[in-house]
Amino acid sequence: MAETGSQNGGEGHGPLQQFEIAPLFGGDTQDLAFYSFTNSSLFMVIGILAVTLTLSLGVRRAQLVPTRLQSLAEISYEFIANMIRDNVGTEGRKYFGFIFTLFMFVFAGNMLGMIPYSFTYTSHIVVTFIMAAVVFVGVTVIGFMKHGLKFFGFFLPNDVPIFLAPLLIPIEVLSYFTRPVSLALRLFANMTAGHTMLKVFASFVAPLGGATFIIGGAIPLALVTALTGLEFIIAFLQAYVFTILSCVYLHDALHMH
Amino acid sequence: MEVEAAKLIGAGLAVIGLGGVGSGIGSIFSSMISSGARNPSAIAQVQGFMWIGFALVEAVALYALLIALLLLFVF
Repeated sequence: MAETGSQNGGEGHGPLQQFEIAPLFGGDTQDLAFYSFTNSSLFMVIGILAVTLTLSLGVRRAQLVPTRLQSLAEISYEFIANMIRDNVGTEGRKYFGFIFTLFMFVFAGNMLGMIPYSFTYTSHIVVTFIMAAVVFVGVTVIGFMKHGLKFFGFFLPNDVPIFLAPLLIPIEVLSYFTRPVSLALRLFANMTAGHTMLKVFASFVAPLGGATFIIGGAIPLALVTALTGLEFIIAFLQAYVFTILSCVYLHDALHMH
Repeated sequence: MEVEAAKLIGAGLAVIGLGGVGSGIGSIFSSMISSGARNPSAIAQVQGFMWIGFALVEAVALYALLIALLLLFVF
């Protein structure tokens, strides 16, 4: 796929080129430094501004019967608050800020990526891995702070016969350490694969249309439209799954099993 | 065997696992449909689990796709 793209010369228009991080002000992808303001940074700023403005403008002059923007703010608050209450319990209240920020950041990232010609910052493993690592390390530290060294008892549930322990403990430890990996990889792979698939099917429209007097191009176009709808669902779903799994891991740390 | 040919064969083998994913997704929605048909008032309760289950199974599909793409474009 990328090979045929590079035959066009110049920057190439393969399906994987949309994920390139490029500095916005001067320089090329090769000149990236930690201080470069890139297209990824731009969309992160846009996402955070969008969320912050929606929330703060929504509750300014709040009314008893909410206006539409206020409704948006209230619905998103309630959604996360219910999720935390159902999955973590009442002790999870103090982690509401973190979980809400996590959900809104991932949701904004996924949704902003649906705009044509934009950049999906959650489609990079570095972004999703850092978020998952923060969740994992944070949850482990919370677990140790709450339970002390007894947190290691998490790997051997209560009513397990002792002869199973040498088999069960390595499996439990391994599955505990794959949590951040799977969390990061799930979000990254969903976003990357979704957008790549959209790009690949969209690249079929012009050649098929050219070969069959435009009529044939309608088929991949319809498919791309349907897949874009699916991508919107996936964008919300992946943000929801990321957040709810973080809540589940938090629950595991706070009340072991 | 050339590296290029081996890459292509490896990528093709990697996506065989998607058969299991297809049956997994079908199983989730089939149990959702049958439980909803038996007890329509329970649909609201299990809907959340259904979406989480679907996302988790789809993630496995994307892991397989990731390995295929890794074989094709990174090695």
